[in-house]
Amino acid sequence: MSEADFKYIIDTFFALFAMVLIIFMVPGFAMLEAGLVRTKNVSSVLTVNTMIYAVASMFFLLIGYTIAFGSWENSSMSIWAAFLFQMAFVGKTVNIMSGGVSERVKIIPLMIFTVVMAAVIYPLVVNISWGADLLKDTVLDLNMYDLAGSTVIHSTGGWALLAAILIIGPRKGRYKNGNIRVIPASNVPLVVLGAMVLWIGWFGFNGGSVGSISSVENANTVAKTIMNTNTAGLAGAIIAAAIMYMRYRLLDITMILNGALGGLVAITAGPDLYDMYTPILIGAIGGALVVFAVPMFDKLRLDDPVGALSVHLINGIWGTLAVGIFVESVSIVDQLKGIVVVALFAFVSSYAVIFVINKFVKFRAEDDVQVEGLDVNEVGVEAYPEFKRAI
Amino acid sequence: MKKVEAVIKPFKLEDVKDALAEIGIDGMTVSEVKGYGRQKGHSELYRGAEYVVDFLPKIRMEMVVAEEMVEQVTVTIVEAARTGKIGDGKIFVSDIEKIIRIRTGETDEEAI
Repeated sequence: MSEADFKYIIDTFFALFAMVLIIFMVPGFAMLEAGLVRTKNVSSVLTVNTMIYAVASMFFLLIGYTIAFGSWENSSMSIWAAFLFQMAFVGKTVNIMSGGVSERVKIIPLMIFTVVMAAVIYPLVVNISWGADLLKDTVLDLNMYDLAGSTVIHSTGGWALLAAILIIGPRKGRYKNGNIRVIPASNVPLVVLGAMVLWIGWFGFNGGSVGSISSVENANTVAKTIMNTNTAGLAGAIIAAAIMYMRYRLLDITMILNGALGGLVAITAGPDLYDMYTPILIGAIGGALVVFAVPMFDKLRLDDPVGALSVHLINGIWGTLAVGIFVESVSIVDQLKGIVVVALFAFVSSYAVIFVINKFVKFRAEDDVQVEGLDVNEVGVEAYPEFKRAI
Repeated sequence: MKKVEAVIKPFKLEDVKDALAEIGIDGMTVSEVKGYGRQKGHSELYRGAEYVVDFLPKIRMEMVVAEEMVEQVTVTIVEAARTGKIGDGKIFVSDIEKIIRIRTGETDEEAI
């Protein structure tokens, strides 16, 4: 076996391994969201997460991959592995978005949006940032550095979520007579499980994005990328805990986990470029942003049961900016341009598509369906049939 | 015959049950209930936002006793369930018209 063959095999294996870790984030999102919503909507949330994986991946195979990358060819690894690795990401953009509208979104219109997102919107974002680059040689050509998708995946999902929240509105009873009614999590152990599974999946998300592990240099870069990813998550958790304690004398575990995830989103743009200490600062700022963004979105009456806007949108932007701030060879102007172009495209296209779908199939579940719970009306399977419904 | 119904703090159930067993109460029915009194629940924080928990978890214990036992039973419950802090609960005493033991058909005092 030649050295080139060996590298081909190793890189193929590495892409498949990373893909498996990323797909493990599907149950991660599902458990996190299932724990943060009320028990009467749990089956609905789980169905949404499962169907997003199926629908988004299928349409990425049929249409999206070709739009993003143009050709089904790859010389450094099996094209099937390269495809699978890219496919693993597409559902994440919709997972990010679906979590923030849970407890009031109907499944079928959401699936129609998933088709458009996976077949067209997300592939176009990938095209202009990582892929075939249809904006090349235009004023809009992007030179942003975004290794694993702080902007391409996390903010894109975040902008789609913002569009969806503006159209769908808050959960029934969430904002009443100028007051904010708190709807606490139903299952905190599931929240912890989901967040930790996401954290582990992130090692494939960021590590795999290095693209090759088959040389000493690349192996080092992959290991450093994963270490820096982890560091940012640690810092995010610690800072979120510290701020919660200083402000409220309480250590809200749901917020600490959101802080960790915020740190992980923030590091995702450039974990391969930093030294081993910078990610502490980037993750800490990410965790702090989450703690302040959650009540801010509440004040703006943007109802987000899982904190996805704070974790993915805010930190997607911060993480992409951070590369421009902390890495000398990356221009902050290029980073800003990438953030703005993707923001405009993702928000406007998502808003337009959701608006049009909403004309035909309403995204928002009716008030009485929300009161009874979406499980009964949308899925027919109650997640906890033996539990007495609490008020 | 009287029914003694006590709403108490959940963690006091074992103490109250043991104290009642000592004075010869052989049976009771307990249920997990939620409720509030004059103090109206308490407030908690979730993700930085304060909210009021109206209905607090309580235990309701019911037992039917002979008339002459009522005083002793209520005193025992008060002693065992009391912490001195708000939310210790209440005891209700009411009349019972008839009791029938399903297995034997015994009635009233024999059926307690």
